[in-house]
Amino acid sequence: MKINLAVEPGSTMKNKTGNWRTFMPIIDHEKCIACGTCARVCPEGCVFANGEKILQGKVFFEKDLDYCKGCGICAEECPVKCIKMEIEMK
Amino acid sequence: MNKCIEGSHAVAETINLCRPKVIAAYPITPQTHIVEDLAKMKANGDGGYEFVRCESEFAAASIILGASASGVRVYSASSSQGLLLMTEVLFTIAGMRLPAVLTCANRAISAPINIWNDQQDAMTLRDSGWIMLFAEDNQEAVDLHIVAYKITEALRIPVMVNMDGFVLTHTFEPVDIPEQKEVDAFLPEYSPEQGQFLDINMPVSLGCFATPADYMNIREELAIDIEASKKFIKTQLGNYKKAFGRGGNALVEYYGAKNPDVIIVAMGSVVGTIKDAADELMEKKKNVGLAKIKCLRPFPKEELVKVLGKTKFAAVLDKSISLGQEGILATEVKAAAQNKLSAKIQSFVVGLGGRDITKDSIKEIFQHVQKRDSGLSFVE
Repeated sequence: MKINLAVEPGSTMKNKTGNWRTFMPIIDHEKCIACGTCARVCPEGCVFANGEKILQGKVFFEKDLDYCKGCGICAEECPVKCIKMEIEMK
Repeated sequence: MNKCIEGSHAVAETINLCRPKVIAAYPITPQTHIVEDLAKMKANGDGGYEFVRCESEFAAASIILGASASGVRVYSASSSQGLLLMTEVLFTIAGMRLPAVLTCANRAISAPINIWNDQQDAMTLRDSGWIMLFAEDNQEAVDLHIVAYKITEALRIPVMVNMDGFVLTHTFEPVDIPEQKEVDAFLPEYSPEQGQFLDINMPVSLGCFATPADYMNIREELAIDIEASKKFIKTQLGNYKKAFGRGGNALVEYYGAKNPDVIIVAMGSVVGTIKDAADELMEKKKNVGLAKIKCLRPFPKEELVKVLGKTKFAAVLDKSISLGQEGILATEVKAAAQNKLSAKIQSFVVGLGGRDITKDSIKEIFQHVQKRDSGLSFVE
């Protein structure tokens, strides 16, 4: 038996699952009100505040595209509809 | 020690001698006596294992999977519908490369519901990735279980030992049960490879998801390893003979005339009946032989081709059927013979659902296989 079937901890750091995605979320920062709903509803937990503040003290949200599978829940739940799901060309 | 003992009890005593740590089982006829005896031994303080009573066979198989993943020796037994209920987990045990030994007390499959012996249950699990051994009598069943642990722990491929329900499990025969120290010498305590079992000091995940990039390679390796296991199985059967003076390393055993015109191919308890029938036929100067298949998976193609050699007719007896095709063993024999043998190979389905197979049925098959037709035949 040559293939090791036992996997050590931390393998999800190596296995990027973002390539399962068909649609990619695009956030329009002009319309975004920084409410954080997208981060709360993301089933993969891969939406996070990027730390950048603009003038009014708004915090921008970004996606970790290494793990985002393009489910579109963030776009559906966004109260100002600033997230668009677009077909990703690979 | 020689004992006149029921087949199931002999297997239970043998399993206890192999010192498993976890036994999980759900009763089903005709396997029940095996696990019943093991439960009794545990209750009497004679068993050094956890005995888990489960709510179904699916649970029993899952529990031995988990226990094996935690790095201990495990055992379960089942039959018929119970084995089918285990099916999903049995494939998983093999795919995860976990050592396990399971006894199948072979029984017919519903419907119609029937508790008696045939081998449809085990044959349905043929492609599960388990090594499948078939015992001719209770002594062989005892011996194969001890060898099974040796094989499964070295190769990390699970082993199913098959013994015909009732015909063997419920029959009292003289059986030589080895001494504890002999078994301990042959089968030392199981110690799994570091980093290959669930250990809080060295955390790993087992049974992970595999994408198309890996799945096929993993299945290919399992196929190659099972095919290659023939050599190891033979070596261990040979070592067992050296240590205990019984058995032999052949995966296909031959019995009968020197240059037979007809060879009957079979496995399991029917082999005893065929030997008696062959003796009577040979007394009448009939040129007949018997090829006993001891190991269905991996299938001993090369050995079988050698045994069948220049014979003109091969009658393959099946206690099971692939509906819409023919006897399952017959298909296997034909596949092995392709471009290698000129014998006419014919499928005979016998003894379904506990129908008696008599010496007369064997003699009828001996006559029939030499006739012109080559179709599937159900022998009454």
